[in-house]
Amino acid sequence: MAYEMIVLTNMLIAILFAQSLNLITGFCGQVSLGHAAFLGIGAYTSAMLTKAGWPLAATFIPAMVIAGMIGMIVGAASLRVRHDFLAITTMGVSFLFTGIIRKQDMLGGEMGIAGIPAAYGGRVGLLLMTLCLTILFIIIMIYVKRSWMGYVFESIAEDEDTAGVLGIDVRRFKLFAFVLGTAGAGLAGALYAHQVRFIGPDSFGFVESVTVLSMVIVGGIGSIWGVTIAAALLSVMPQFFQVIDDYKLLVYGMLLFFAMRFMPDGLGGLAKRFRQNRNPDSSSERSQA
Amino acid sequence: MTAAKTSPLLLDVKNVTVTFGGLNAVDGARLALEDNQLLGFIGPNGAGKTTLMRAIIGMLTPSSGQIILDGQDISNRRLVDRINLGMALAQQIIKPLKDMTLLDNVALAAGGNKLLSPIKAMIHRSRQHEQDIAHGLLTEVGLADAIYKYPAELPLGFLKRLEVARALARQPKVLLLDEPLAGLSIKEAEDMADLIMGLPCKGRGVILIEHNLSQVRRICKTLYVQNNGRPLAFGATDDVLEKREVQMAYLGKSE
Ligand SMILES: Nc1ncnc2c1ncn2[C@@H]1O[C@H](COP(=O)(O)OP(=O)(O)OP(=O)(O)O)[C@@H](O)[C@H]1O
Ligand SMILES: [Mg+2]
Repeated sequence: MAYEMIVLTNMLIAILFAQSLNLITGFCGQVSLGHAAFLGIGAYTSAMLTKAGWPLAATFIPAMVIAGMIGMIVGAASLRVRHDFLAITTMGVSFLFTGIIRKQDMLGGEMGIAGIPAAYGGRVGLLLMTLCLTILFIIIMIYVKRSWMGYVFESIAEDEDTAGVLGIDVRRFKLFAFVLGTAGAGLAGALYAHQVRFIGPDSFGFVESVTVLSMVIVGGIGSIWGVTIAAALLSVMPQFFQVIDDYKLLVYGMLLFFAMRFMPDGLGGLAKRFRQNRNPDSSSERSQA
Repeated sequence: MTAAKTSPLLLDVKNVTVTFGGLNAVDGARLALEDNQLLGFIGPNGAGKTTLMRAIIGMLTPSSGQIILDGQDISNRRLVDRINLGMALAQQIIKPLKDMTLLDNVALAAGGNKLLSPIKAMIHRSRQHEQDIAHGLLTEVGLADAIYKYPAELPLGFLKRLEVARALARQPKVLLLDEPLAGLSIKEAEDMADLIMGLPCKGRGVILIEHNLSQVRRICKTLYVQNNGRPLAFGATDDVLEKREVQMAYLGKSE
C-alpha cells in the first residue's frame, strides 16, 4: 500500500508541475527549458522552512512567492527573446540554478538537503494534501482558460505581433503567465521535497526540465486533460521500466522531438480531431462552449 | 500642405524616416490627417507605404521624425500605448487568428481594459457584450453569415473584411487601412469602398492605402503620394493626379 501511495503522490506532483508549465508554454506559447529550476526553488524554500520548524502547509505561500518572484525576473529578462532564443535563455536558467545551488553551503551544496521532516499525517497526509492542491490548480487552469485571460493568452500564443496590433499588452500578459506558472512550480516543489525528503541540485536539472516539457508537448500544449494524462503516464513510466530511468534525457528528449515532429497538437489534439471526425458540424459550435 | 488649416489635425507625421540596413524605405515622409477626413495614400509597389503605416502605429521604430496624434507627441510610445490612444491598423498581409471564429477574432479587439490588465482579464468571463459589438461590425462589412466560421474556411476577400472589422472594433480615432480592397472582386471592392467612405466621422479620420485608383478617386477627396519612400504630392485628389511627376511615378509604371 505504501508503494502505491508513493507512486500516486509522485504522479499528482508531476501533474501539478506539468500544468504549471502548461500555463506558460501551452496557454501563452512561451517555451521554457528551465522550468525545473522553479520546482527546485520551491523545494529548497519549503525544505529549509520545515527544517526550521515550520509546518509544511505554512511553507506553500513562501515557496510560491519566491519561485514566482524569480519567475518574474526571468520572465522580464526573456521578454525580448522569442522561440528558439527563449528556449536557450530558459535553458540557461536551468544550468544557472544548479550551478548556484552547488556552491551554496547553506543549501547543502553538492550534498543537498537530507532529513526533511515528514508531512503532517505522514504519507496519507501528504497524498491528500497533494491531491487537493493539484485539483485546485487544475480548477484554476480551467477557469483561466475560459476567462478573458485564456482568450488573450490564446492570441499571444498564436501570433504575438497580431495580438499587439489588436491592443493587447503582450509583455504584461507574458509576465503574468511566467509568474503564475513559476509559482505553481514552486508549490509542486514544496510537495516534492516532502515526498522524497532528500533534495539535491541534480533533482532539478536540465533533464527534469526536458521531462516536464515533454509532458506538456505530448499532452498537447494548452490541453488541460491531455497534459494531465501525459504527466500521469510519463511520471510513472520510469518507476516501472528501469531503462527509462537510466536513459531519461534520451527517452524524454526523443519523445519531445517525435511529438513536435509528428503530433504537434499532442494527445489533446488527437482527442479533438477524433471528436470532430465523429461530429463534423461541431466546429461551428465550438466557440459557443 | 493643405490650404485650409482651420480644422485640428488628428495625425501629423513629420519627416519620418525608416531605415532597413542602410536603405531608407521611408525617407522624410510628411502627411497630415484631419478630423473626419478620408485620406487616400498611393504610390508604386515598394514605395514604403506599408512601412510608413507600421512606423506610425509603432510596429517599427523610425530612425528620425515625429508622430503627433491629436496634439500629443507619441513618437516614443510603444505599440500598445498608441493603439490604446486610439489608433488601429488593418494590415495588408492579413493576420487572422486561425484558432478562433471570426466572431471571436473581432470580439477580442473590442476587449478594452481586459486587454491591458491581466487581473481584469482573469475576473471577466463573459464575451457577450464584445460579441454583440463584433456581430454588428461583421454584419457591417458583409460577413454576417460567416461569424461562426474559422479563417481557414474562408477566401481572401472575406478575410480582408475581417481585418477591417477587427480594426473598427478598436473604435479608433485614426484608422489606417492598408489595401483593404486587394483580393476583392469588382463588386466586393465597390461595396467595401462605399463602406470605407462612411467611416470618417466626428472624432475619426481614415488613411486608405490603395492601388485601386478608380475607387480611390471616387471616395477620397485628398491624396498623399509617396515614391521611393519620399513624399511626392499632397493635396486635392484631382490636382494631385494631374501632376506630371505623379503620373510619371505611379500611373505610367504600374497598373
Ligand atoms: N522588414 C523589412 N526589412 C527590410 N526591408 C523591408 C522590410 N519591410 C519592407 N522592406 C522594404 O522596404 C521597401 C518598402 O516596402 P513597403 O512594403 O513599405 O512598400 P509598399 O509601398 O507597401 O509596397 P506595396 O504597394 O507592394 O504594398 C521595399 O523595398 C521593401 O523591400
Ligand atoms: Mg504595402
